[in-house]
Amino acid sequence: MKQQLKIVVNGEPYDLFVEPKTLLVQVIREMLGLKGTHQACDSSSCAACTVILDGMAVKSCSVLALQANGKEVLTIEGLADGTKLHPIQQAFIDNWAFQCGFCTSGQIMAAKALLDENPNPTREEIQEQMDGHICRCTGYNMINEAIRDAAKRLQSEKSAQSGKGAA
Amino acid sequence: MKTIVTDFEYLPAKTVEEALELLAQHKDDDYKIIAGGQSLNTAMKHRLITPEYIIDIKGLSDLDYITFDEKSGLRIGALTTHRSLEKSPIIRDKYPVLAEMEENVASVETRNWGTVVGDLCNADPAVDPGPPLIALDAKVTIAGKGEERVVDAEEFAVDFFETLVQPGEMVTEIQIPALPPHSGVCFTKYSQIHGDYALASAAVLITLDESKKKCVNARIGLGGVGNAPVRAKKAEELLKGKEITEDLLAQAAGVASEETSPISGIEASAEYKKDLAGTLVKRVGKEALARAQKA
Repeated sequence: MKQQLKIVVNGEPYDLFVEPKTLLVQVIREMLGLKGTHQACDSSSCAACTVILDGMAVKSCSVLALQANGKEVLTIEGLADGTKLHPIQQAFIDNWAFQCGFCTSGQIMAAKALLDENPNPTREEIQEQMDGHICRCTGYNMINEAIRDAAKRLQSEKSAQSGKGAA
Repeated sequence: MKTIVTDFEYLPAKTVEEALELLAQHKDDDYKIIAGGQSLNTAMKHRLITPEYIIDIKGLSDLDYITFDEKSGLRIGALTTHRSLEKSPIIRDKYPVLAEMEENVASVETRNWGTVVGDLCNADPAVDPGPPLIALDAKVTIAGKGEERVVDAEEFAVDFFETLVQPGEMVTEIQIPALPPHSGVCFTKYSQIHGDYALASAAVLITLDESKKKCVNARIGLGGVGNAPVRAKKAEELLKGKEITEDLLAQAAGVASEETSPISGIEASAEYKKDLAGTLVKRVGKEALARAQKA
């Protein structure tokens, strides 16, 4: 029997009815049509499906949708400001941090969760956060460099903003 | 795409009382409890289990706590996530071995949603918290409607994916006594990929006397080398009452290795895992001793 699922995705509230067996990734991709969240292994092993659920990076292929009832989800589609890419997205491009791009949305969401919590992570801290993310083309160094670059960009953005505030 | 194919009825509980009531009602039904579901969802996708009812306890925020006092020791509520345990200042201060263990559990995403008790209840023989909880002499509280019992961590898992938890029951808490002075604990696991289940894992606790020479207590927990986590009692006995030298530790590691009964798998043979368990005991035993001497 379908049950009610009230969920906010990328700032938009949704009132849905889902079968209890539905996984969060199915709501995001199939019901809401947000195909930026990718499914690959579907067994909690690759982290391509990572989204941010109430501030935490989780694997959306391994969370029952109804467990996200009343919660907020952020997916890759929620990052850009119109056509202006989020600094983490831009840093991934500028640092050649992907080739085929299949794992990238998951990587970027995990990076976002890390930088929200720890704005200036060390190389090791980034490694620890990104540990579960499998990328078959890039090699992991560029991803790590992109995240450190993104941290710098976000910090300078922040200080520019607080500068404006003071003026 | 792998999805959960079989339908089930979803029964969320908001309080412990509600959860116990639901469990009592469905005692004789084919149900499963879900917390984070980080193992359960995968098992359902693979159709290894197809329960008719899922009782969801993830919302029991009353059971999401970590508390400590010198008298009653550490209490970990059943809905504590792996990540909370890893990041807890109490854990880092009093039981850093648990934070060390957590850093190698799956990935951050899994630790964010999955719970420590859920992991124990899934009862994979290589469950990461198993060996350190045995070494720390942890107890597990199992509750049913109107009743409660406390069991030793080493007794909790009885076989592959089987625990002492009976139909109508759930785990509510883990308790760990405060460590006596001059105690050191260490844990390590060996796996093919960082974060994966262990081929073998070992936790050793060593408590030294006042002079920090003689071992007054030793506890050894092993994972992945039996149908459930194993306590290596004979090896512990060998260490107790003696000054621990490298030779004695090597001897105890050999005894511990003989106390295991691993099965061969595609990753490694039983002989390999048996040997590995001994090597890990030697390795973490040495570190536990060094920590006890500093404590």
